[in-house]
Amino acid sequence: MSVSRIVKIPLISLAVFFLSLLFHDSSLADDQKFGDAIVISSIADARTLVPILASDASSSDICGMIFNALVKYDKDISIVGDLAESWEILDGGLVIVFHLKKNVLWHDGAPFTSKDVAFTYSKLMDPAVKTPYSGDFERILKLQTPDDYTVRVTYKEPFSPALSSWGMWIMPEHILKNEDLNKTGFSRHPVGTGPYKFKVWQTGQKIELVSNHEYFDGRPYIDRYIYRIIPDDATIFLELQTRGVDLSMLSPLQYARQTGNDFFKKSYQKFRYPSFGFTYMAYNLSDPKFRNVSVRRALNYAVNKKEIVDTIFFGLGRITTGPYMMDSWAYNKDVVSASYDPVKAKTLLADEGWRDIDSDGWLEKDGREFEFTLIVNQGNAERQRTAEMMQKYLKDIGVRMRIRVLEWNALINEFINKKKFDAVLMGWFLGRDPDNYDIWHSSKTREGEFNFIGYNNSEVDRLLEEGRRTFDRKKREIIYHRIHEILYAEQPYMFLYSGDMLPIISKRFHDIEVSPIGIGYNFIKWYVPKEDQRYK
Amino acid sequence: MLKVIAKRFMGLVPVFFGITLISFFVIHLAPGKPTDIQTSLNPKVSYEARIRLEKLYGLDKPVYLQYADWLKRFVTFDFGRSYTDDRQVSEKIAERLPVTVLINALALILILGVGIPLGVISAVKRGSLWDRLTTIFVFIGFSTPEFWLALLLMSLFGINLGWLPISGIRSLDFEYFSITGKALDISRHLILPVFLSAFGSLAGISRYMRTSMIGVIGQDFIRTARAKGLDEYAVIYKHALKNAVLPVITLIGLSIPGLIGGSVIFESIFAIPGMGRLFYESVMARDYPVIMGVLSIGAVLTLLGNLLADIAYYYADPRINLASEKEL
Repeated sequence: MSVSRIVKIPLISLAVFFLSLLFHDSSLADDQKFGDAIVISSIADARTLVPILASDASSSDICGMIFNALVKYDKDISIVGDLAESWEILDGGLVIVFHLKKNVLWHDGAPFTSKDVAFTYSKLMDPAVKTPYSGDFERILKLQTPDDYTVRVTYKEPFSPALSSWGMWIMPEHILKNEDLNKTGFSRHPVGTGPYKFKVWQTGQKIELVSNHEYFDGRPYIDRYIYRIIPDDATIFLELQTRGVDLSMLSPLQYARQTGNDFFKKSYQKFRYPSFGFTYMAYNLSDPKFRNVSVRRALNYAVNKKEIVDTIFFGLGRITTGPYMMDSWAYNKDVVSASYDPVKAKTLLADEGWRDIDSDGWLEKDGREFEFTLIVNQGNAERQRTAEMMQKYLKDIGVRMRIRVLEWNALINEFINKKKFDAVLMGWFLGRDPDNYDIWHSSKTREGEFNFIGYNNSEVDRLLEEGRRTFDRKKREIIYHRIHEILYAEQPYMFLYSGDMLPIISKRFHDIEVSPIGIGYNFIKWYVPKEDQRYK
Repeated sequence: MLKVIAKRFMGLVPVFFGITLISFFVIHLAPGKPTDIQTSLNPKVSYEARIRLEKLYGLDKPVYLQYADWLKRFVTFDFGRSYTDDRQVSEKIAERLPVTVLINALALILILGVGIPLGVISAVKRGSLWDRLTTIFVFIGFSTPEFWLALLLMSLFGINLGWLPISGIRSLDFEYFSITGKALDISRHLILPVFLSAFGSLAGISRYMRTSMIGVIGQDFIRTARAKGLDEYAVIYKHALKNAVLPVITLIGLSIPGLIGGSVIFESIFAIPGMGRLFYESVMARDYPVIMGVLSIGAVLTLLGNLLADIAYYYADPRINLASEKEL
């Protein structure tokens, strides 16, 4: 007994020793990973770094590095705690209690507490603050902070997207309580709790952040985060060729055809994952032609989406059938895209009375040709090319589609909001929560609201309302799968495609992982081995 | 003389306010509102939040009241705050001006320094091989699309040869450089932008100079100078050039507002944060206070440039008498 014990202990420690050797072999020691900078290119400069005012992509990119929210989305698109250690949902969803992490410090050393959460909420509700995000927080009846590390939020009625709405970044009360948020200097010198601290912002040139050594999730390996503003795609591509930029988004053309040479293979790694957006053609449902569901279905058969994705995106995208993120639980994978079938399209239209009576190649009904105008915004080459391809497919079945390219503001204000359009080619950029009440509910058709096509289906209305009240993910899944199914069957939109995100990153960065949510979620774990580091 | 200048100056004031009035109403004709960027088709932004924003920016008021508000602030030299980030318009412009003026001033010096001699030599050696070659050269510059040439040169000097940086005005490690290192770094970044902004304008000034010089050389006083035995250098550079350069003064006067204006395409390609991009971005965002700020400065400089050109004329050419010409 005693002998075996003596023998056992060294055996175990030997095993531990070998295990640690194994581990050491595959990953470097921490001190060999710290250092270097990452240079990220962006087309546009940030506008403001006050997180509740930030609404553009660049401001959000930077705020995401400096600030934290109570919750965040993990790599599999499920909600996990960020500043919150845990939470409870009580009274059937009426109350959410957040328990906050206790070891979190602001970049100036002050402790993070529930006061900061209450402060952020009060500013979101302050009518003098120019925030576009008050909507989800209007549903809160009261917010209480029983102690420094507990936040109790009571809602007027159960609202399941509420939890994800707490993905709103939290601001420091001790710095901002006496500031006018609209005009505060904080917008260019932010102080957060996040993995990176603000260093400098040279307008139109760069924003630089440095790593927060006291970050509650551990010090990030990369020391400097440099956000370079380069407004021209061609220039970004030239910068990539001199290694002046470490991370950038590629166009499908660049990804497929221009980055395959030895230089790019040696210096860069390319990634590909689905984006959060999808492109569609929306019909104005008050137009008598489009009110008929068979007509909409016929047009869907007539358009060859696979060919569009293969031609315009070089295959770097996917055909969508519904308004949800393709890799999320809400997306109904049983809904399959209708096959390209122009013959069936013609038959369906003929059944509805659309025939080529005068043999001029265009369909007519009651003496009128089937023609409409598709509007599309200027500056989006992929959408314009899609429109051109659709024009050809529809011509093949005898439908005359005109294309009108408009400047974005004019498109929205003069055509969409006033509902003066036949059809529009656009895209939605999706939130992680599947609730899209604002897009499909029949009550959301006022000028400037998002159901601009005038979609009205009582079952969808009911399901949307139910989906917002239901917290159980399995039950919500059933609801959204059903909505997805109805929408595809009814075709208020012709669902087209979702182009992939195509980032290119310098090869010196290691441990980048692609997940359903993209690549940035483990940014603080990316590193450059000491011998490959380029910047101080 | 001073009285005349003061009178002329007073005459510019109503013109200036006329410009701002027309500009203000014209920019409001374009569809869209400053809040659109934040709110349009963003499902996270509720209808009520959108209305609230429009109120906060004062966009629910009629345009003439908005103009009155703007004017009230303007007479106290307050340009207001930008709608996109709520910063002072004057601060936003001040941040963009130095680099724009620097590049434009350097380019102007280059244009004058190269364009005037080119024109003079072409005029003197009219019809020679040199004349024809420079004509071809400057017209190539005139007709080459700037952005295309810019990309070619960036690719050649930045990638193939590796001599110059591609974009921006400073290197990323700029702050770690010594003083001379910093100066060198900025110069290296400015070479291509300055060369390119000058290249396209060489044709104009050198052709102008050539024509003017040819006109002067044909005149009697030049023949006299030659007749009295002056050497050719003195004839051309002392007698002829002085007279031929007069019209160029007008050009310089007119290029003063150009000093603060930048080209969007150009600044975008070189990633230079100049006035061109500021103006373009504010137009796209319907950021009225910034648009008005840039337009007002441009208007002031244009008017002052004209006035200065007139005054300069007066000193350069005694035949012109400002006071006697009421309707100048």
